[in-house]
Amino acid sequence: MKTHQYPVDLTDEQIEEFGNELEAIRNEVFDSRGDRDRAYILKVIKTQRTMAVSSRFVIYLSLFFIPAWGHALATWPLALTIMGLGVFALGIAKILENMEIAHNVLHAQWDWMKDPEIQSNTWEWDTMSPSDRWMHSHNVVHHTWTNVLEKDLDVGYGIMRVTPMQKWKPAYLLQPIYFILLMLLFEEGVAIHEQAIDDHLKGKNKLKDFTPLLKRIGYKIWRQVAKDYIAWPLAAALVAIPISFYVPFSPLLVFGMVAGANAVANLIRNIWAFTIIFCGHFPAGAHNFTLEQVEGETRGRWYLRQMLGSCNIEGSKLFHILSGNLSHQIEHHLFPDMCSNRYKEVAPRVRALADRYSIPYNSASLFRQFGTTWLNNLRLAFPGGGEPYEGSQSQATPS
Amino acid sequence: MRQPTQPEPGASPSIWSRLSTITDYFAWPLRTSHYLELVNPLWTTHKLQARVVKVWDETKDARTLTLRPGLNWRGHRAGQHVRVGIPANGKHYTRTYTISSPPEREDDCFTITVKAIDKGTISHHIVRNIKVGDYLPIGLPQGDFYLPDAQPIQPLFITAGSGITPAFSMINSLIAQGRLPDTHHIHYAPHEFDVVLGKELKAMDRYNDRYHLHLIYSREGDDPSRNRFSAAQLDALCPDWKDRDVYACGPPSLLEAIEQCMAEAGCSRRLHVERFRAPFPEVPADAVGGRVRFAQSDVEADGDSDTPLLKVAEAAGMNPPHGCRMGICHTCNTTLVSGCVRDLRTGEVLNEAGSIVQTCICAAAGDCELDL
Repeated sequence: MKTHQYPVDLTDEQIEEFGNELEAIRNEVFDSRGDRDRAYILKVIKTQRTMAVSSRFVIYLSLFFIPAWGHALATWPLALTIMGLGVFALGIAKILENMEIAHNVLHAQWDWMKDPEIQSNTWEWDTMSPSDRWMHSHNVVHHTWTNVLEKDLDVGYGIMRVTPMQKWKPAYLLQPIYFILLMLLFEEGVAIHEQAIDDHLKGKNKLKDFTPLLKRIGYKIWRQVAKDYIAWPLAAALVAIPISFYVPFSPLLVFGMVAGANAVANLIRNIWAFTIIFCGHFPAGAHNFTLEQVEGETRGRWYLRQMLGSCNIEGSKLFHILSGNLSHQIEHHLFPDMCSNRYKEVAPRVRALADRYSIPYNSASLFRQFGTTWLNNLRLAFPGGGEPYEGSQSQATPS
Repeated sequence: MRQPTQPEPGASPSIWSRLSTITDYFAWPLRTSHYLELVNPLWTTHKLQARVVKVWDETKDARTLTLRPGLNWRGHRAGQHVRVGIPANGKHYTRTYTISSPPEREDDCFTITVKAIDKGTISHHIVRNIKVGDYLPIGLPQGDFYLPDAQPIQPLFITAGSGITPAFSMINSLIAQGRLPDTHHIHYAPHEFDVVLGKELKAMDRYNDRYHLHLIYSREGDDPSRNRFSAAQLDALCPDWKDRDVYACGPPSLLEAIEQCMAEAGCSRRLHVERFRAPFPEVPADAVGGRVRFAQSDVEADGDSDTPLLKVAEAAGMNPPHGCRMGICHTCNTTLVSGCVRDLRTGEVLNEAGSIVQTCICAAAGDCELDL
């Protein structure tokens, strides 16, 4: 019997059976977690911390090669090369922290270890968004309501039209610009990605209704700024002051170089995170859903929706780690709290299951996934592109 | 003895804590300590760790670990215990062990002696798998089972099995201070080869005139039942036991027998007892479990009358804060929102909303709701 409205040719019973098979995979993996997994996350955390602190000292090191020092190796090309290495490593460290470590810890993937140092409810991450705020908008809203219009704030992030089902309005003409801006300022974008702020822009609430929330986000942003743009540059500049009596360079230059280096590292992280994350649900072939479609959704149908709405990226082992295993977006959405090192093991099984039930399994290269995301963004800036969706009854009536 | 870096209440913050407030700006959202850990895990302040510097097999199923604690450690009093975090099968477990070495030890290390107990996954893991060079998270020394500093007393130690550890630490401490009073020590073990720290005990007995050791092998001889603890046995081994301060540590059955014996002799005040595991009194037959609701997590589960609420929560897929799992550390404290719970150690029933509930030793007594 087929009573559901999902775009697959399966009976209700088949969908439940499909769900049960996924559940079996999940249980099998969860039961087999052990020392190997703990060793993995401890190694990643140690590597990340070592990289983060040493890359900052490599950036400092490059300051000793500014031409003003006058020694044989003191040239701009060498100084900038060393600084570039430090910046690159810092960018990678931030990517590792945000994606493979924090994103997954905050998903409670490692809570089973009961290690008081690695718990979703106490972890704070190296980005401007406070972790508990993000956990709400991401774990609760996005992962429950994945790709459901009017529910999942991540469908277009409130500023973009990522599916023709969203009704066009003139503001979307600018969305290629938003696309680039969000890529460059992804960290800031995530920090203010809040239902309350979205509502405020639509005039649904007053600023003072969510002042405590803004203060909280503000404090997190201040500490992030204080670290990258005050503490580390200022320490270098303070050391540079006495030196500048003997070596003709300005402490301000030193401050600017270190702050600039950190800014570029943050930028690298922003662009990378944006690229990977936009490939999760926006490439060609990803489905979106309406509230009517998901009404009375069962566990099996929930699995089906996660699968239809998510897209994988193919790549090497290193690529998967640097993407926080979000390159296994399908597996991540099916099993959000499975520890990330296991996604690559279950991916072939999930794919085989999808083939057996003739459910599309959207997996392709980064080039294809990001390319179609970008083309999609350009196309949907203009009206049309597919069947619009007028909004559900329940939402259309004033609440 | 090293000073703790946490300032005493009222004292001005130390230079280190002021300095780390500044350096934490560089380490945010972590702390400076997280990066010091990369250099040496013993320098951390966000958690206290110890390095395993030596493992020594006492018997076929008991092992002594020598631990070098991190900078935030403060010395213990002989007889106190410490919480130790043990990773096993990828998971983190917390267990409490008595420190078996005296505080007078000169190398800043301390030892714990662990006996693999039946069904004790963690004690087996410690005895079999922990190796030199491992780092274990530890707590600070706790417990009120130690010798008084001031008055000269004549102690009688009664210990069994791994209950030897606090007595061993106390006696060694007195010897190290050169003020060991006339001391009797009755120790029970199944066989001679089962005596934890046996070699050291015999050496102490040989070199200290005032230390009198009585080893009793409870499963040897023609009639092992004669080897059990009794007042008659006490009279034979240590005739003046009624004048002594008794320090006892061992399994619940032994402690019960000693408590009864001392009560009959009217010397209960002189008895000091250390329990490894708080014995739970019989849950009354008419006790009922109930529906347990965890308000913050919005989880509901059925809890029966003798399953600790912590276990109920864990079985329901939650991971509430917890530590010792035996009612000592209060990590698991939470607030009773409504309903009724029973303290499994005392049988006391808590039914006042707002009461502090230790989830690891309280069970449902009817329906209840916790702020977890």
